[in-house]
Amino acid sequence: MEKTKVIVGLGSCGIAAGAAKVYNKIKALQEAENLDFELKKTSCIGMCYREPLVEILDESGSYLYGDLDEEKIIEVIDKHIGQHSPVKEYVVHTDLYETVDTTFTKDQVKIALRNCGYIDPESIEEYEARDGYRALKKIAGQRMSRLDVIQSVLSSGLRGRGGGGFPTGLKWKFANNNKANEKYIICNADEGDPGAFMDRSLLEGDPHAVLEGMIIGAYAIEATGGVIYCRAEYPLAIKRLNIAIEQARKKGYLGKGILGMDDFDFDIYIKEGAGAFVCGEETALIASVEGQRGMPRKRPPFPAASGLWKKPTNINNVETFANIPWIILNGAEEYAKYGTEKSKGTKVFALAGKIKRSGLVEVPMGMSIRDVIFKLGGGIKNDKKFKAVQMGGPSGGCIPEYLADTIVDYDSVNATGAIMGSGGMVVMDETTCMVDVAKFFLEFTQKESCGKCTFCRVGTKRMLEILQRITEGKGEEGDLDKLEELSYQIKDNSLCGLGQTAPNPVLTTIRYFRDEYEAHIRDKKCPALVCTALLTYTVDPDKCTGCTVCAKNCPVDAIEGDRKQPHFIKQDVCIKCGMCYSKCKFDAIILS
Amino acid sequence: MDDLIAKYKGKKGNMIPLLQGTQSIYGYIPREAFEKLAAETGLELSDMYGVATFYAQFRLNPVGKHIIKVCHGTACHVQNAKAVTDSLKEALKVSDGETTEDGLFTLESVACLGCCSLAPVMMIGEETYGKLTGTEAVKIIKNIKIRESN
Ligand SMILES: Cc1cc2nc3c(=O)[nH]c(=O)nc-3n(C[C@H](O)[C@H](O)[C@H](O)COP(=O)(O)O)c2cc1C
Ligand code: SF4
Ligand code: SF4
Ligand code: FES
Repeated sequence: MEKTKVIVGLGSCGIAAGAAKVYNKIKALQEAENLDFELKKTSCIGMCYREPLVEILDESGSYLYGDLDEEKIIEVIDKHIGQHSPVKEYVVHTDLYETVDTTFTKDQVKIALRNCGYIDPESIEEYEARDGYRALKKIAGQRMSRLDVIQSVLSSGLRGRGGGGFPTGLKWKFANNNKANEKYIICNADEGDPGAFMDRSLLEGDPHAVLEGMIIGAYAIEATGGVIYCRAEYPLAIKRLNIAIEQARKKGYLGKGILGMDDFDFDIYIKEGAGAFVCGEETALIASVEGQRGMPRKRPPFPAASGLWKKPTNINNVETFANIPWIILNGAEEYAKYGTEKSKGTKVFALAGKIKRSGLVEVPMGMSIRDVIFKLGGGIKNDKKFKAVQMGGPSGGCIPEYLADTIVDYDSVNATGAIMGSGGMVVMDETTCMVDVAKFFLEFTQKESCGKCTFCRVGTKRMLEILQRITEGKGEEGDLDKLEELSYQIKDNSLCGLGQTAPNPVLTTIRYFRDEYEAHIRDKKCPALVCTALLTYTVDPDKCTGCTVCAKNCPVDAIEGDRKQPHFIKQDVCIKCGMCYSKCKFDAIILS
Repeated sequence: MDDLIAKYKGKKGNMIPLLQGTQSIYGYIPREAFEKLAAETGLELSDMYGVATFYAQFRLNPVGKHIIKVCHGTACHVQNAKAVTDSLKEALKVSDGETTEDGLFTLESVACLGCCSLAPVMMIGEETYGKLTGTEAVKIIKNIKIRESN
C-alpha cells in the first residue's frame, strides 16, 4: 500500500491566506506524534476562495480540505490520519461524494492547468511522472521535423492567450521562415492586466510546462536563445522558474544538443520586468529586454523579422506555451475537439471581484459567461444582483448582465465591445459604479501611457478629466459626446495596442450603462452610492439613540446633537468621509 | 556595487539589471551610484536616468525599511482598496508614496499584485496579505512596529 500523502497548496494566494502556517503546523504535529505520512507541497489548484487548502490522499481516495487554519488542521490530522475518519464538514472536494463545491470542478477541462495543484512545482521528477517532457522526447525520438511540429500547432487551432488571439502555429511559421544565425523565443510573463492571475498561477504551479512549451517552440522556429520576461511583482514565480531552469539543464532538456538532437542548442534566462504595463506589448518588451525604456515602436518590421537584438523573434504568452506540450503529445485533433469553430481548445479564466468563488478555472471555449460565473463561480457574493463582468482589463470592456449568455470565444466576446484579453473576469454587482470603473481604467492607462503618441498621452488625460468631473457632480450636457469623439480619435491615432484600446472601458460602459452616466450628469446622483462627492449622509431620527458616537468620530465636527437626542449632520460642513456611517451601531446614518 | 558591476560590465542589455541590483543594495538609487555606474561601465548618465524614471520600480529617493504596496487593481478597487489605503494613511500619517518620519514604512499604491482572488490585498516585502479591511491592515502594521522595536 502506498503511504498516505498530505499535500499543502503553497501558491502565493495560499501563502497569503495562511498556508505556510498550516504547513508548519502539520510538520510539527508529524514530528511530535511520529505520524506516518508523507508531507508534500504543491501550488494553487484554482480554488483560491477556499485557501488554505490541504489534500489528504490515502487508500480510500483523495480529500481536499479547505478554509483551514492552525486550529482546524489539528482536528483534520487527528481524525483523518489518526482515526481514519475524514472530517467531512471541511472537505471541499473529493471524487467519493458530492460536496458544496462540486460544481466548481465539474465542467472544467484542464489542459493548460493540468498539473497545477497536483505536483510539487519544485520537483522535475513529479512533472516527468505526469507526462512531463514526453512531448519533447516524442519530437526527439521520432525526429519530428520542425514543420511537423508547426503543423501540429496549426491544426490544433490554438490561438495566442496573451490577448490578441493570433494563431500560434501561423506565428511560428513566420518565425521559422526567417532564416538567421541567431533567433529568439520570448515568453511574455509580464501579466500586466489588473484582475488577471492565470500566468502567475501557471508559473508558480507548473513552471516546467512553460519551459517545455518554450523548448518545443524554440525547436520549431530554430531559436538559439530564450528569454522569460517576468514581472518583478511575482517573486515566487521567478524563484520557481529559476529552480526549474536549473533542473532542466541538469537533465539535458536545455543546453547543447538537447536530447541527442545535435542540431538543437537552446537555453533560457529570466529577465525581470521593472514595472511598466506597456512592456507587455511586444516591441516595448523587446526594448526593455535590451535595457532601454520600454517604448513600443512602429510595426513592421514585426518581431518575427527583426526583434530582440534585431534578430527574428517570436513572443508568446505563458498560457500559450503551457498548452503546447499537451498538444504535441496528445495530437492536434484531440485539442481541437474542444471549443468552437474559430476558438479551439480551453481557456483559463481568473474569476475575481464580487463573486462567491474567486479563483482559476479552465473551461472549453464556448461555455456561456453566465455558466462560468454562476455554475463554476457560484454566483454573486452575498447574493447581490449581478450587474456586469469586466473582461480584457484596460483594453477590454464591461459586459452587462443581459448579455451574460454570450459564449466565451474570441469573436463572441469581441462582438460585445469587450475582448477576451488574457482571461481576467472581474465580476461587478449593484454596488459597483460603472462610471467609477471607467474612470479607474482611464486612470490606469493614463498613468501607463509611455507618452510617445499625443493622442494616447494627452487624449486619455482629457478623457480622464471629463470622467473626474462627472463623478464629482460637475458633469455637463454633451460630455458623453465628447468622450465618444475622443475615444475614436485615440483608437485611430495611437501607435500601439495600449492607446488603441484604452477607450474601450469607457465606450462599453457608455453603451451599456448610459442611464448611470446620465444620473451622474443630470441628477447629480450616483445610483451605486460610490462616487463620494455625490453622496449625502443624514441621520434617521427614528433610529438614532443619541449615543454621540458619530459626533465624536466626525473629523470635521459636522454632527451636532444632545446626548440621548437625535443627532443631525450639517451638510455644508460634512466632507463625506463616511466615518459616521461606519461607526453608528444603530444603522441610523442614511446614505443616499 | 563592485561585484554587481563586475558581473554585468560590458554585457548587452545590462542597464536595467545594473539599476535593479543597485537599488536592491541601497533601497533606492543614489546620485553617487549613477555616477559610479557611468564612470565604470561607460553607460550614459542621461540614458540611465531615462530608464530609471520610466519604470515604476526605480526610486531616486530613500525609502522606508518596509514598503507597503497596497493593490489598487480592478478586483481590489471594486472591493474597496481605498479604505485600506485611507486607514493606513491615517495610521502612518503619510500620503501615498511617502515615508514615515521614523523611516520604517513607505506607503505606495500599486497595480495588481496577482492575488485578486483575495482582494483587497497588500504586500510588505515578499509577504502578501489578503481579504483586508482598513482595521486589519493597520493591525498588521502595528505588529511589524512592535517587532521592530524589540
Ligand atoms: C499594452 C499591451 C500590454 C500587453 N500585455 C501583455 C501581457 O502582460 N502578457 C501577454 O502575454 N501579452 C500582453 N500583450 C500582448 C502581447 O503584445 C503579445 O501579443 C502576446 O504576448 C503574444 O503572445 P500570444 O500570441 O501567445 O498571445 C500586451 C499588449 C499590449 C498592447
Ligand atoms: S499608444 Fe500610448 S503606450 Fe502606445 S506607443 Fe503610443 S503613447 Fe505609447
Ligand atoms: S452614532 Fe448613530 S445612534 Fe449614535 S448619535 Fe450618531 S446617528 Fe445617533
Ligand atoms: S486587483 Fe488587487 S491583486 Fe489583482
